[in-house]
Amino acid sequence: MKSARMQKKAGNNVMGMIRAAGLGYEYLRYEEEGQEPEVTKAIEDVSLEIQKGQFIAVLGHNGSGKSTLAKHINALLVPTEGTMWVDDMKTTDEEDVWKIRQKAGMVFQNPDNQIIGNVVEEDVGFGPENLGVPTDEIWKRVEESLTATGMISYRAHSPNKLSGGQKQRVAIAGVMAMQPECIVLDEPTAMLDPNGRKEVLRAVRKLNEEKGVTVILITHYMEEVVFADRVFVMDNGKLVMQGTPREIFSEVEKLKELRLDVPQVTLLAYELRKNGVDLPEGILTIEELVNALCH
Amino acid sequence: MLRDITLGQYYPADSILHRLDPRVKFVGTLVYVISLFLFHNWGYLLGTVFLAVMIKLSKVPFKFITKGLKSIFVLLAITMVFNILFTPGEVLVRIWKITITREGVAMACRMSVRLIFLMIGSSLMTLTTTPNQLTDALESLLGPLKKIHVPVHEISMMMSIALRFIPILLEETDKIMKAQMARGADFESGNIIQRVKNMVPLLVPLFISAFRRANDLALAMEARCYHGGEGRTQMKPLRYQTRDYAAYGVLVAYLVCSIGLRVCGL
Repeated sequence: MKSARMQKKAGNNVMGMIRAAGLGYEYLRYEEEGQEPEVTKAIEDVSLEIQKGQFIAVLGHNGSGKSTLAKHINALLVPTEGTMWVDDMKTTDEEDVWKIRQKAGMVFQNPDNQIIGNVVEEDVGFGPENLGVPTDEIWKRVEESLTATGMISYRAHSPNKLSGGQKQRVAIAGVMAMQPECIVLDEPTAMLDPNGRKEVLRAVRKLNEEKGVTVILITHYMEEVVFADRVFVMDNGKLVMQGTPREIFSEVEKLKELRLDVPQVTLLAYELRKNGVDLPEGILTIEELVNALCH
Repeated sequence: MLRDITLGQYYPADSILHRLDPRVKFVGTLVYVISLFLFHNWGYLLGTVFLAVMIKLSKVPFKFITKGLKSIFVLLAITMVFNILFTPGEVLVRIWKITITREGVAMACRMSVRLIFLMIGSSLMTLTTTPNQLTDALESLLGPLKKIHVPVHEISMMMSIALRFIPILLEETDKIMKAQMARGADFESGNIIQRVKNMVPLLVPLFISAFRRANDLALAMEARCYHGGEGRTQMKPLRYQTRDYAAYGVLVAYLVCSIGLRVCGL
């Protein structure tokens, strides 16, 4: 018994916190009345592994299946093919659903449509309330997570009076209050202005670095990907590329084929290289380019 | 701005009434309404004194409270007219076929005093209680109904979500209206039928967006482990303080007095 547990624990470290094997999800699309529904594959044969504490970015343009993949991690969708494990629990096991959702929190795109409470602190307390956490502990967690996202001074405000970036930070605090090990952000910055985007990203990176929360950031902004430990690129429901940001962005041609942009600096470096300037591959930041050009 | 709309008519102030448990205020309003219908003659004095003391305690300006009376003016007028004209009794004035009786006038006065006091009493509750506290109080007070399978928790959750989304949907209505007006839609001219017809391009997108929001919200709630009221704890549970028990005491005393006056026929 003991050895089995040890083995499981050891297995955890090696096998990764989130694993997908041959994941597929198909749904029926109803066109017009009377017509046969069409089977559409949102994702197909996706296998991946995510280690605890990593910062993961998932890229892909609209309809590439990245949001569908995100919903699988949280067991909001269950695969029609293959298996998804979150912390060694299968998402298809109904009795584990709530445990999985507590372990893997999710932040959505639209900041307005995911805030339930009429006051910021009540909204952050919503998750712990559902988990049946005692009242005193809820208050402690609410304070902690609002402090961690820098929203503590807005605790008594109405969410309607906050900016988009602030609302997303409240939403992140709401997930953090459930003390998850992993947080999935489904295009959290898509509806925000550049300042709001920066605010949210800073909060997310802080959580990853200071609290060791595994972050899975789904986005189509390349600039947000540069800091990731690992990048997955999705296209047409398939996982087409994976690697460190440097590895991914050194393949400018392939990214262009997938209709994805590369960060401006990377593109500039790429064009310069093509025209004979001596530069290393996969330059990600302005500083790197300046350094490379000056040496 | 639409964002700043405060729902209900909560008047923020720091008074003993504001600090009372919302359940006490709810029950208190109910007791007061019942007492109004118990009164005969002297009872009205008791009711007036009680109401005046409460208004004083609430620290809400009297003008603010009477604002709500405008909305019941028509109802008040109709009740008065009907009571004056159609109560049989000792004839005071007779003009052609219309007779006005002493009992009619007395009844009309009594009814209008009741209506006005009822309105003031209940707005005193909504003025001193936030909508959130009200839904919490309702959930707690209706708790026993759970035994007969009334979805009390769900009802109060729906109410608080509605409160959260009303300002958002108002803002959205405004946005859609402007967008449609920019494309030549006309919401202001024409007769009433025409105007209702013109509302269609406003209502269709509004409904679609409301459904989309509802879908998103349901997903977000599920992602945060919401699975109904079972096994749920509360962040701000309602707990009675000493002052709440004292307030209940006052209410009981008031109710006993009203019943006493009624029984004595005063």
